[in-house]
Order: sequence, then C-alpha cells, then structure tokens
Amino acid sequence: MVKKDLKIVNKQGVHARPAGIISRTASQFESEIKIIRDGYEVNAKSIMGILTLAAPYGTSVTVCACGKDEEAAMSAMEKIFQDGFDE
Amino acid sequence: MIIKKGIGANIGIAIGKAYLIKEDSIIIERIDLPREKLKLEVKRFRDAILKTKEDLNIIRDQVLNSLGKNHAKLIDAHHMILMDPLITKEVIERIMDSRINAEAALSEKIQETLRKFENIEDPFFAERKNEIMDVAKRIMSHLSNEKKTDIKDLTEPSIIVAHNIYPADTLQIRKSDKVIAFCMDVGSKSSHTAIFAQSIGIPAVVGLGDVSRIIKSGDMLIVNGEDGTVAINPAPEMIEAAKVKMNELKKKESYLLKMKSLPSSTRDSKKINLMVNLDPGDNLEDFKSYHTDGVGLFRTEFLYMNRSTIPNEQEQYEVYRRVLTYDDKLPVTIRTADIGADKASDIGIKGIKNEENPFMGLRGIRLFLKYPDLLKTQIKAILRASQNTNAQIMLPMVTSLSELMVARKIIRDAKNELNLSDIPFKSDIPLGIMVEVPAAALMLDQLLNEIDFVSIGTNDLVQYILAVDRVNQYVSELYDPYHPAVVRVLNLIIQTAHKKGKKVSVCGEMASDIYGCALLISLGADSLSVPLKMHLKVKEFVRNSYYEKLVSLRPALLNAYSSEEILELFKGILNG
Repeated sequence: MVKKDLKIVNKQGVHARPAGIISRTASQFESEIKIIRDGYEVNAKSIMGILTLAAPYGTSVTVCACGKDEEAAMSAMEKIFQDGFDE
Repeated sequence: MIIKKGIGANIGIAIGKAYLIKEDSIIIERIDLPREKLKLEVKRFRDAILKTKEDLNIIRDQVLNSLGKNHAKLIDAHHMILMDPLITKEVIERIMDSRINAEAALSEKIQETLRKFENIEDPFFAERKNEIMDVAKRIMSHLSNEKKTDIKDLTEPSIIVAHNIYPADTLQIRKSDKVIAFCMDVGSKSSHTAIFAQSIGIPAVVGLGDVSRIIKSGDMLIVNGEDGTVAINPAPEMIEAAKVKMNELKKKESYLLKMKSLPSSTRDSKKINLMVNLDPGDNLEDFKSYHTDGVGLFRTEFLYMNRSTIPNEQEQYEVYRRVLTYDDKLPVTIRTADIGADKASDIGIKGIKNEENPFMGLRGIRLFLKYPDLLKTQIKAILRASQNTNAQIMLPMVTSLSELMVARKIIRDAKNELNLSDIPFKSDIPLGIMVEVPAAALMLDQLLNEIDFVSIGTNDLVQYILAVDRVNQYVSELYDPYHPAVVRVLNLIIQTAHKKGKKVSVCGEMASDIYGCALLISLGADSLSVPLKMHLKVKEFVRNSYYEKLVSLRPALLNAYSSEEILELFKGILNG
C-alpha cells in the first residue's frame, strides 16, 4: 500500500468538476484508492463520495492506493492534485 | 379556495382536475435476513441495477430523439450516479455487513449521502439531490416490482402536479394527449421543465414551493401561465372568468395560426423576408408548416456540446444534409460553430484554460482559425451537404479582413480536396459573415469585397458597442438595443452593404421584438430571422405596418438623443 498527503491547490476547492476528474482518474486503475480527510474516508472512484468530502482550497487530504498498480495510481493522483485539477 | 403564486413557465390558461405524481410512493421496510439468503439478496440488487441501466439506455435514446442532446445529458448524469461505487459497491457491502434487504441498504446509503450533501453550500447539490433520488427510485421500483404512477393511464384531461418532474416523466407527458398543463414545487424560468413546457406548448407554472403537498388528485385547478398562479378549487365565477380569458387567448392563437400561409408583406406591399433561427434537433416538420422564407441562421454549436470528442465530417454532413434537403428551394444559412474556449476544452482541445472574459476571448472564427482543422472539417461537411441546395455559409465573430482571408483560404482548400476526391458540392455557395463586432461594422466596406452577404448578430453587437455584459446583474440594465449608438451602427452596416449591392439579414433577439423589428425595417434590413415561436407574431406586426411610414422615421432615428426618444417615435407610429 502507498500513502501520501496531498494539498488542494485550486481556489474553488473540490467541487463537481474536480470530483469528476478525480473519480475518472481513479477508475482507470485496478487498485483500491481512498481519500481521507480528518479521519473521514471515501472511495476515490465515487464522485458522490468525493463530493461529500467538501474539501476547500488549502486543505490537506491523505490518498491511499492499494493493489497491483498502486504506484502508477498514486502518481496519477498526485499529478491531478498538483495541477489543481486544471483550474 | 387557495391561490398559489409561482413562476409562469409557459403562457396559456388551463382549467381541469389535478393528477398528483407522488414522490414517495414506495414504503421501505427494513428486513433482517439470515446469512444464507444474503447472496440471493445481492443478486437481486445487481439485477435491479442492470434493469435500471437498461431503462436509462432506452430513455436516453427516446430523449435524444425527441428533446435533443441537452436533455439526454441529464440521463448521462443518472448513469454516472447509478454506476458510482457508492451504489454498485457500498450498498452491497451494507447488505452483507448489516444482513438486511437491498431496499433498506440502498435507502440508508442514499439518505446518508444526501445528509452529507446538506452541509455543503453549493447550488450544484440541490440539483444532484434530485438526480440521486430519481436513480434511487428507479432501482427501488425494480426491486419491489412496484409500478410507478403512470401518466399513460390517464383517462380524462388532467393537470399534472408534482414536486419535480423528471426527463422520463416529460417523455410520457409528451406522448399523452391527456395532460393539459402542469405545476411544480420547484423550477425556474430557465429550468429544463420550463423549456419542456414551451416545447410542447402547454401552460405551466413552476417554483410553487409546496403545491404537491397541498393539492390532492381530483382537485379542481386553474393554471395561469401568464401571471404564474394556480387556483385550487376556485369559486364558479372564477372558473367562468378563466374560461372567457382562455377563449380570448385561443382566438388570438388561431388568428395567428391563420397567418401561417399568408405572405409577410406590409400594408403597402413591401415584402419583408421573414426567416427563422434553427438548431440541429429542431422539428423540421413544424418549421415547414410555417411557410417561412428560409433559415436565416442554422446554429451548429450544439453539435459540439455535451460530448468529449469533436464531431466528424460524416456526422456533421448528415445533420446539415437533413436541414438543407428538407425543402430544397429555401435558402439555409449555416453558421460555422461559435463556441468558446470552455466548450473547446470539453471536446479535447488542449491548452485552453478558463478565460477571465470569454465574450472577449477565443471564440467563433478565432478559435477555428487557431485550430484550422476544425474549420476545414466543418466546411467540408457543409460543402458536401450543399449539393443541389440553396445553402450559404456564414462565419461568426469576424473582426478583421486578415481573418476573413485566412478563412477563405481554408474554404478554398476544402473545395480543392473535395474536387480531388470527385465529391460533388455547390461550388458557388455564397459566403457571408456575422457582423457582431464594432470593428467589422466600421471596416465593412473592405470586408464586403470578399463576401456575398452579411447578417447582423444584434445580441453581441449591442454588448460590444455599449461595453455591457448583459448577464452581469450590476450592468445588465445598461444593455439597451435602442441606444442611439446602436441605431447608428446598424444604419452604417445596412447602408454600407446596400451600396455594394449586398443583402443584410438580422438574427438576434432584436428582430423578435416589435420595436426592434420596426427599427430594423426602418433602417432597411432585407430579412429578419427569428425563433420559430416568434415567427407569427413578427409576421402579424409586418402585415399591420406601413413600410413607407417606417422608412420616413429614419432621419429622426439617426438624430435621436436617447433610446426613449427612439421608442417614442415608434410608439407614435404604431398606435396611430
């Protein structure tokens, strides 16, 4: 399992569009991917789950990936977070 | 008697009995299951998901055919929710872990999610809630084999009352000849339900708050789409008054409908070309029945929207060919797509970020010249479709001669490629531009050497002349199509074109307004292109006016100091 703390860097935070990007990206991998904020954990492949995180600009979340392609999954997740979901 | 005030979503009056579509018709019982039955329960749930998926596919096709892509997109959102792990995975986990029936597990999971949404301040969620509820109810109906309340089974003319109606319901309403109006708790003037009411032409009032809880099936209702009211169990005198009003409206409507086959000429026999604006997906039969002078603006933006890929040449060809051959004597002006950068990034064109000011950004011909393949593909599709038709090509947002020259080179290339492949097309297809940027109006004499006609896009032109973003609430009242500056620019465009012997048409909201229409005729516009539903109203105006009188106002219009003065000039002539 790989684990990393990532920051929300886009100004609008995780609203509908970024949530869509996260779930689409996560769904490309076989690994189980989770996002945890303050102990509250959601499935990164679930757009509805991600939305309930309601993570605004500046928050830090923990992303966990577990499975065969966990390394690739983690670097893909890292990239979209760092790019601020293209916003 | 109670009178509720909401928002009139479509005009007209209806009197009839209420038919209530209940939101929560399924009662959920939580049943503890023995361990050996859990596998079967999971299978039952998976089957329900599959059946729901099939439902959605069928509905999507139906919606796509009858209501178009924008509505079908809603169904795509339902699909996304249905396939979300929250439903496909976590509900199953809940069944297994809590050892309960699928209905209860699903309902708990949905309730939990909606509760979390409640803490989030984002208007987006209000909408998502409806969608999640709709999907949940669909799955539920497959689990319990219970039939949804069915509009199909209506036996007498009824007024649908609901908290909200969903695309699936709208489809049933469209098919039913028993639904005479609807009223809803939620919705606004621009919500999909309002657009739906307008498209099928029945009175509707939305945004009523709680009517679905107050009204019972069988209650007598008067739905007034004019003032946005619903009277529940009204007094007999009120019903009589509503009937009188209804008949007046019907008379007016049939009076307008009689005008369908009459020519659009003024009382002093000046023919004004009255055309219509169409979108892909519009009903062409309707269009034909109006006997218009053609399609002044065929918008192609919608082909590029709500999708993740660029529409290919063949796909575009089929759409254009359909409208061009529907009545091949009529002229049809196809405008190349006027999409902004935001839409471009949706369909996979990289490198465009959200723009600060999209109205002044990379849109229309600017975007297509930056990505010339987009333009060439569209031009080739239009050219192929143009064979033996009366097609014209129009370019949006042209600002300078150099842009026009580059576009013309691309059109030449497209023609050469088709020639090399021996594909026939209308080789002398007329080319025009939208004049919607002041720069194009000022330089029009030079641009005219390269084109065959111009069309004025008043909505954007007015915004750009007055530097007013009309969707910005702080300045929207400064948006004034009768501003003397606008009148002078319109005059400049029309006079410049006429001097070079080229025709000017006007598309844009101004042409649908009585005063706007009067102003444009006064200034000498050759044709007006308006939405189909405004066509007869504009025709009525044209048929009641005197061309010579309107033209005689021209000097006064050009010397006016204010829009009030300009409107007064028309009021004088229209009332006298």
